[in-house]
Amino acid sequence: MLSLTPADHDAVRLSLKVALAAMAVSLPFGFIFAYLVTFLRFRGKLLLEVFVNLPLTLPPVVIGYLLLLLLGKNGWLGPLLDLLGIRLIFTWKAAVIASAVVGFPLLVRSIRIGMESIDPQLIQASRTLGARWYDTLVTVILPLSLRGIIAGSSLMFARSLGEFGATIIVAGSIPGVTQTIPLAIYDYASSPGSETLALSLCVVSVALSVLVLLFHEFLGKKLARRD
Amino acid sequence: MEIRVTAEKSVGGFTLEADFTVTGDQIGIFGQSGSGKSTLVGLLAGLHHPDRGEIFLDGECLFSSRKGIAVPPEKRRIAIVFQQPCLFPHLSVKSNLLYGFRRSAPEHRTIDFAALVKVLKLDTLLDRGVNNLSGGEKQRVALGRAVLANPRLLLMDEPLSALDDTLKLQIIPYLKGVSERFGIPYLFISHSLVEMRLMAEKVLVVAGGRIVEQTTPDQLARSRMGQSQVGYINLLQLAALRRTDGLFVYQWGDTELFISAGNDSPNALFELSSRDIILFKKHPEAISARNLLACTVANTFSAGNKTGVELSCGNRRLVAEVVVQAADDLCIVAGSQIFAAIKASSFRRLG
Repeated sequence: MLSLTPADHDAVRLSLKVALAAMAVSLPFGFIFAYLVTFLRFRGKLLLEVFVNLPLTLPPVVIGYLLLLLLGKNGWLGPLLDLLGIRLIFTWKAAVIASAVVGFPLLVRSIRIGMESIDPQLIQASRTLGARWYDTLVTVILPLSLRGIIAGSSLMFARSLGEFGATIIVAGSIPGVTQTIPLAIYDYASSPGSETLALSLCVVSVALSVLVLLFHEFLGKKLARRD
Repeated sequence: MEIRVTAEKSVGGFTLEADFTVTGDQIGIFGQSGSGKSTLVGLLAGLHHPDRGEIFLDGECLFSSRKGIAVPPEKRRIAIVFQQPCLFPHLSVKSNLLYGFRRSAPEHRTIDFAALVKVLKLDTLLDRGVNNLSGGEKQRVALGRAVLANPRLLLMDEPLSALDDTLKLQIIPYLKGVSERFGIPYLFISHSLVEMRLMAEKVLVVAGGRIVEQTTPDQLARSRMGQSQVGYINLLQLAALRRTDGLFVYQWGDTELFISAGNDSPNALFELSSRDIILFKKHPEAISARNLLACTVANTFSAGNKTGVELSCGNRRLVAEVVVQAADDLCIVAGSQIFAAIKASSFRRLG
């Protein structure tokens, strides 16, 4: 019989919270970044693109370790965080940062595909009709890349739900505090006799992924109908 | 309106070197595709900047590389009607129309929304989305949107090219009528000589990235008669009189013309190629052509190995063409009396 323990409930709740927060934090940056690389030409653009896409190819563990170097107590940003009284490492916020960094390239890619499909003449038309660049951004580019934004957000949300490598390094696996679904499954899998518990969480994981994909399809269809 | 441009712009391997001053309210820019017309439109609207040079509109500097002036597109008050309608797909017809209006300064708002909607016959479409409109409707919305931005200059960049022949002729009166009614000067860009003659009073000819000629549409058509496949196209606006034996009779000045391709509307525009007019020195006794007009030669001009013959029939003019030898044989000079025969099937109805 599949059943969830109170700790599992915590893990599910935490996973959702981390994934939502990572998505919400990344969305504005992802949109601005996609805008920059799609519509503007500037020096060092290629370098910036490589840097942002790096998490796609780097092992998540490496990203986690680099984040640890950056945000840890003795890390590069450690003194600054100390000064501001912010503690990130081994809190759920660190899990959010890890998920955000790992999922960011997926978000940007989807938004970018949406933006690249906008007819440049629509943007020119809007400018000649009296719209300043930021006006065009909000009234033309944003609504027309909505599909890419939704696709990117769902991808990122799903990716965050599954984030493991970077999270375990910067946030650890503290039940009720930083232990998300994948970390809990890992715990069960490494302790004998917990196969049913692991399987229950796997079922929850599959269900969540299916829900995200269904939601994405539903929104996509709705947008297509509007057009 | 006066436009003064001295500008250079390189795009890819192509260089536009424009140096002209033009005044007027209905100006055409004529040239084959790839001649630099659209680049010029982009420079005027501020969508691209020249590599160097200056652009003035009615004395106001819009761009000057020397003085470091580059007025952004949204401040130029130059609206564009593109080849594709370029309507915002996420907005309704009404929101599209009002996009520029809402962004124009209140002191510039002279165009009345209701009046424009009426002129363009868009009343019934206002609440609809733009994606299911027909091609002609879309282009009317695009025109309305540009005009409602209250521009001081309208750039029409091949606005008819994406439409079929019938629609073109239906849209032309809107393009011309709206600009005249609301007093907005325009620059009409096209590679079609017929469109030029219907839309422009003055033409800049662009070729190879340069303005090679400034002329009138009619002069342009005459000078191109020799090279053109279809000769000089006479455009005749005719009023229908009656139908007889399968032919349509139209009033043209004080004479009547028999035309096969007529229809029941009271007015129609026809084109007639200079090549379809046969000239006779004397009255031909029996002839199959249904139209025989007694004319006076008003003028002749040469175009390549052809001679253009401007005929005066009553108070109307027609241009016919003959090869140079024929002109000599028939002694066609200004003032000669001549007969012009035109088959009823030679008239092609536009629209």
